Amino acid sequence: MTDIEPDDTVDARGAACPGPLMDLIGTIRSAESGDVIRLLSDNDQSLTDVPEWVEEAGNELLTVEERDDHNAFYVEKA
Amino acid sequence: MTEHVVIVGGGTGGTVLANDLADRLDSELDAGDVRVTLVNDDPDHVYKPVWLYVPFDKREPTDGRRRLGELVDDAVDLRIDRVTDIDTDGQRLRFRGATSPIEYDYLVLATGSTLEPDQIPGLAEGGHNYYSESGATDLREELLEFTEGELVLSVIGTPHMCPAAPLEFVFMADDWFRKRGLREDVDITYTYPIQRVHGNPHIAEWAQPIMEERDIQVETFFNAESVDPEAETITSMEGTELDYDLLVTIPPHGGVDLIEEAGLGDDGWVDVDKHTLEAEAAENVYALGDTADTGVPNAGSVAHYQAGVVGQRLASEIRGLPATATYDGKTLCFIETGMDAASFVEFDYETPPSPAPPSEKLHWSKLAYNESYWLTARGLL
Repeated sequence: MTDIEPDDTVDARGAACPGPLMDLIGTIRSAESGDVIRLLSDNDQSLTDVPEWVEEAGNELLTVEERDDHNAFYVEKA
Repeated sequence: MTEHVVIVGGGTGGTVLANDLADRLDSELDAGDVRVTLVNDDPDHVYKPVWLYVPFDKREPTDGRRRLGELVDDAVDLRIDRVTDIDTDGQRLRFRGATSPIEYDYLVLATGSTLEPDQIPGLAEGGHNYYSESGATDLREELLEFTEGELVLSVIGTPHMCPAAPLEFVFMADDWFRKRGLREDVDITYTYPIQRVHGNPHIAEWAQPIMEERDIQVETFFNAESVDPEAETITSMEGTELDYDLLVTIPPHGGVDLIEEAGLGDDGWVDVDKHTLEAEAAENVYALGDTADTGVPNAGSVAHYQAGVVGQRLASEIRGLPATATYDGKTLCFIETGMDAASFVEFDYETPPSPAPPSEKLHWSKLAYNESYWLTARGLL
């Protein structure tokens, strides 16, 4: 378990692709530079969608936590 | 005791449901055992797909408007008013035009999508759209005079109404300019927020090669951050800047604040069981169409099929029978691929879409459906 304290959490569990990524983008859009957003997603596609977008947008994927039935992505806004 | 069903929203979902219930509960309505009220804040029903054709001067916005009173069965109480508060514990609604609240036994929310261009600085001033009547007519003025330069179509955020419409617009624009001998003077660029050209991977896989063949430039992972109307540029969160001479956008969408205020879901979308369409946070509340957060496209066909399911479930509940009807994600959609060709897709939660080869026959089928839509609204088709 990470000890990173997120500034905001987006719970996109149950959402179909590209819902989780779009929810993350929407929250990052209104976040401050340096904020950490935690995205919870149980969609496997997020494992590729999220890192690809985070890199494209110049943000940083701090870690991905594998939990029992979903993943938690910690993204820091550049 | 009279059971009162209140439907909020007179778009496709709400209107089809009202007429469905009038038919299904005919004898109960006659006997006064049931009352159905349809509330809408506009006396007109609007068929939004007409707007796609307005910028190309093929249709008029008035082609997509009819009086709700002419479409809805006389057995339904039609109320032109705006709901200002939903109290799901007390099963009461407040209206702008009334001092006392109205009680319901069953509530159906079909409040649809609204455009939120102000989320993006400069968008309202610099961008055009065909997702509103005024937007479509303003864009028509620009498009008819546009003979050369950079045309950018930018999809800003999802979900938005009719996920096929951005593809349709660029396919139609490409063909329209070709037929007028102007295509070599017009560059068309299509932007999309994720790493492919459409949210549904099967439709993206089908559309991308058509875009390549027709020289439609694509910018993926493009989430608009701001528009500079003076410099005529649009900039993305990912750091890409595009010049435009004519900017057409699909503005960010949201639901109505009322829903979030009632604790039924975020951003104006109601959290529902995607099969029963029952709200997760309240008893005796359903949502359908764009309002229901099911993950299926915000499309009229979805609202149409969901209305049938909600109608059947409500009738069962009112008659004291188990409600067994469920929604399977069925979506049906024509996709224009030019000014005289279209494709067609049909899919559900389990079956992915497989777009049909574009043909003139499918184009005319789409236009024929647009004409017969009024039978859908009346609950006849």
